[in-house]
Amino acid sequence: MKTGHVYKYGANVDTDAIIPARYLNVSDPGELARHCMEDIDIAFARAVNPGDFIVAGSNFGCGSSREHAPLCIKASGVTCVIAKTFARIFFRNAINIGLPLMECPQAVDGINNGNQLEVDLEHGIIKNLTTGETFQAKPYPDFMRNIIQSGGLIEYTRQKLAAG
Amino acid sequence: MTLAEMILAAHCGKERVSPGDFVEVNVDMVLSNDITGPIAIREFNKIGVSRVFDPKKVVMVPDHFTPNKDIASAEQAKMVREFCLQQGCHYYEVGRVGIEHVLLHEEGLVAPGEVIIGADSHTCTYGALGAFATGMGSTDIASAMATGHIWMKVPDTIRFNYVGEPRRWVGGKDFILHAIGDIGVDGALYAAMEFGGGAIDHLSLEGRFTMANIAIEAGAKAGLFYADEKTVNYEKERTQRPFTANKQKTDAEYTRVVTYDVSNLEPQVAFPHLPSNTRPVSQAGNIKIDQAVIGSCTNGRIEDLRIAATIFKGRNVASTVRCIVIPGSQSVYMQALKEGLVEIFIEAGCAFSTPTCGPCLGGHMGILAAGERAIATTNRNFVGRMGSPKSEVYLSNPAVAAASAISGNIISPEDLQ
Ligand code: SF4
Repeated sequence: MKTGHVYKYGANVDTDAIIPARYLNVSDPGELARHCMEDIDIAFARAVNPGDFIVAGSNFGCGSSREHAPLCIKASGVTCVIAKTFARIFFRNAINIGLPLMECPQAVDGINNGNQLEVDLEHGIIKNLTTGETFQAKPYPDFMRNIIQSGGLIEYTRQKLAAG
Repeated sequence: MTLAEMILAAHCGKERVSPGDFVEVNVDMVLSNDITGPIAIREFNKIGVSRVFDPKKVVMVPDHFTPNKDIASAEQAKMVREFCLQQGCHYYEVGRVGIEHVLLHEEGLVAPGEVIIGADSHTCTYGALGAFATGMGSTDIASAMATGHIWMKVPDTIRFNYVGEPRRWVGGKDFILHAIGDIGVDGALYAAMEFGGGAIDHLSLEGRFTMANIAIEAGAKAGLFYADEKTVNYEKERTQRPFTANKQKTDAEYTRVVTYDVSNLEPQVAFPHLPSNTRPVSQAGNIKIDQAVIGSCTNGRIEDLRIAATIFKGRNVASTVRCIVIPGSQSVYMQALKEGLVEIFIEAGCAFSTPTCGPCLGGHMGILAAGERAIATTNRNFVGRMGSPKSEVYLSNPAVAAASAISGNIISPEDLQ
């Protein structure tokens, strides 16, 4: 069970908003995290605490393929991102590097900025501690569950190559 | 099967695939750049193999912050260069390099019927050739560099038919912006966009590259065109490699078919801060601009520069505007020189640069200050994309960008004196 505070954003949060290209001359996650969400929420990087949540509308992570986006969210200490839908490349990247995502439109509508959440990542259960409401996120496809259980794509590839 | 399904089936050893299937696909080319390459290399090194699966199928293109804009960028470019030298994969140094999605098809590194994955979202550009090309992240690229294959979910396909004869100054950029304005930035989320129809048959390869390039701005996994005679001729001039020009099948199943009659379509302008915020240029209103950028992997090809030069010939950039013209590759640069286009740009008062992504992603070579506005032939107008989070980017075709640079306001080329 993970609990934390919610930072809520709208639809189509793009990768330039998550981490502006002007900071992409480095790839260190901790360094990148200092500028996470900067162009849409200048306060985020300083205010966020380990365990907190990002909640957003549809198409979260649209735009570029930069893996720096999920990397800097993960390095900010965010437990998981809950959105109505995710952009395709962002979704893959997050799974590959081990940033949990939960797709759940009802939860997004039922959660406000600043709410406290409790989340069971394994079973996809989201509880809004502020309102008492509970939501069930969409399960991952089996194929992706394998990658997650291996500890990310690199570990998955390593094990597969080792097995021949 | 649709074009996407035919190509994916051929690359996973299956007779047929259907939307929703998870498949392991063999890849023909694996791409990354000076921003995404360093992370891919770092992850590759964790896998525990010493060599890439096939150096002829791996390419790294330093194009984003090059010629190196600062020390940190130089370190990233160096990491990419050293990896490529050591592995023997394709690499292009400054002076030979172009923007990746202009360079790869010019160099014949991508061909019809192939599967190309790249750690860059606009990898979808090569769909113009009838290839299945899609953007991924650095970790996916690292895994593919080690193994030569990658997992994919077979996408649904949405078919877009363009009919009618377009008006003057209307081209591929307007076709695709119009579609994104219609279906929205997630209108093709996870799907393949397949383009066809009479208006597409008449479109040059350049126009098709522009369209496929922006498919990602509708959330699409790929944007595909069937290879026709033009495509086959284009490719044969660039590679000896055999390739497959798939023909359209009658059993193709689409989740949606959209038809646009482009006879009355005007040039489109996408207003800040989403590529779907489109309006016909006649309804742009009074938008004063500080900068115009003509270039990028969307509209940095020779046809684009020819269109811009037609407009600049004998005219001047407004005294209040900075106009920056960036050829997409060295060969586009050379061709523009030979045709006298560079002279036209410089006489008009434009800055003409070596190929680079530069201002397209707010990297360098034309960053906007707070409150400034740019019209650009690029593909994204997100908050802060070209500089200050308080600046604005308007997307258009090269004719509208050139006309606007001359006028100082966003206008149609029709309205130029
Ligand atoms: S020109 Fe712009 S969109 Fe194209 S690869 Fe470069 S940064 Fe990306």
